[in-house]
Amino acid sequence: MKYTEDHEWLRVDGDVVVVGITEHASTQLGDVVFVELPEPETQVATGDEICVIESVKAASDIVAPVDGEIVEVNDALVDNPGLVNEDPMGEAWFFKMKVEDMSQLDALMDEDAYNDMID
Amino acid sequence: MVPFAGYEMPVQYPAGVMKEHLHTRDAAGLFDVSHMGQVILRAKSGRVEDAALALETLVPVSLLALSEGRQRYALFTNEDGGILDDLMVANRGDHLFLVVNAACKDSDIEHLRAHLSETCDIQQITDRALVALQGPKAEAALASLVPGVAAMKFMDVASFDWDGSTLWVSRSGYTGEDGYEISLPSVDAARFCERLVALDAVEPIGLGARDALRLEAGLCLYGSDIDTTTSPVEGALEWAIQKARRRGGEREGGFPGADRILKELEHGASRRRVGLLPEGRAPMRAGTEIFAGDQKVGHVTSGAFGPTLQAPVSMGYVDSAYSTTGTVLEGEVRGKRLPLRVADMPFRQSNYKR
Repeated sequence: MKYTEDHEWLRVDGDVVVVGITEHASTQLGDVVFVELPEPETQVATGDEICVIESVKAASDIVAPVDGEIVEVNDALVDNPGLVNEDPMGEAWFFKMKVEDMSQLDALMDEDAYNDMID
Repeated sequence: MVPFAGYEMPVQYPAGVMKEHLHTRDAAGLFDVSHMGQVILRAKSGRVEDAALALETLVPVSLLALSEGRQRYALFTNEDGGILDDLMVANRGDHLFLVVNAACKDSDIEHLRAHLSETCDIQQITDRALVALQGPKAEAALASLVPGVAAMKFMDVASFDWDGSTLWVSRSGYTGEDGYEISLPSVDAARFCERLVALDAVEPIGLGARDALRLEAGLCLYGSDIDTTTSPVEGALEWAIQKARRRGGEREGGFPGADRILKELEHGASRRRVGLLPEGRAPMRAGTEIFAGDQKVGHVTSGAFGPTLQAPVSMGYVDSAYSTTGTVLEGEVRGKRLPLRVADMPFRQSNYKR
């Protein structure tokens, strides 16, 4: 598992990378009430704002953590945004990316580094 | 905790905004609203009627008709017909008791002193807390401490003794639920609240839930939905202006901005505050611009996800031509135009005990 400063997690699953938001982020957001996902087959670059997530408190963006192509999105979140609070690190993944250059992940934080950051 | 009108206020308790909201609708929620201003207005003559007549010079509301033991919603207006604040006025027998918004309380008291000092004593109450207990189980919960409150009706006010303390209770609130607002000596407030939250039905509720509760109930928030730039008629608050103060009434006009407000009561205003239901799931928050085709026709002043409705809810101003219930308009969210429909308020039936 890798982590970004924007509180996203990345899990490598075969030749795709699964992306979601961390437990810490979901707690900070509070109850999530709206999720907007990108279109599959979209090419994205690191830092592109590709998802919108709204909680009872505020709206925020989720950015592409690395360069790549969106290959699948989790439509279950659109119908049930509360899943982001219930299981942020598992069921509530946001999208899957095909990443040409997997070495991009090397620059991201591991779990210990992420935990140090949020402490 | 967040800063709010000079107070540190809880946005949410550990349960979170959504659970707190639903708990208030299902059982009873306890809100600390001690930041609000409490003011006693007493006529120098000693007659409450004189205090009512004096205050009528500042609000377009009939207060002479307000009976002892009753409360009424009112608005301080300015010379332009805008709204300086909204407030509750209670007739407590020999004086009027006012509850005003926290952010406006200093200017409200200054306003009262500037205009009513000759005829009235204006006393700001700073040693009393204010809490609200709201929800279908509020009556049973409060009556377990103070049995007399069960007999009160919506907008009744009365005093009760509780454990050596005097409670000033009104059957009212800001959630669309039955419930009470209770003023009591600050020194007794923690003890009183602890007794209430010890009951199974009662949970503490933060500012976050309070906002969506009042929004679902169609109640406006001063500073967001009404302010000095909106008139009572634009704000869809005509119901607060009784016949006695309207054209042809016994005490017609005689309040700041009467020319404009009386005219608008007869002919309507060019824009109107309406309920707005976004058709998708995306909340349309304050500032969202509203369009009819290419034409901008209004904006959202409050918007959130409504946990009871399980859908986004908003209110805002639109040109009167587009204010009819059912009119479909578009709100611009993150550059995209999404449909929203003009809707009646409250968005859900309020549960007042009439």
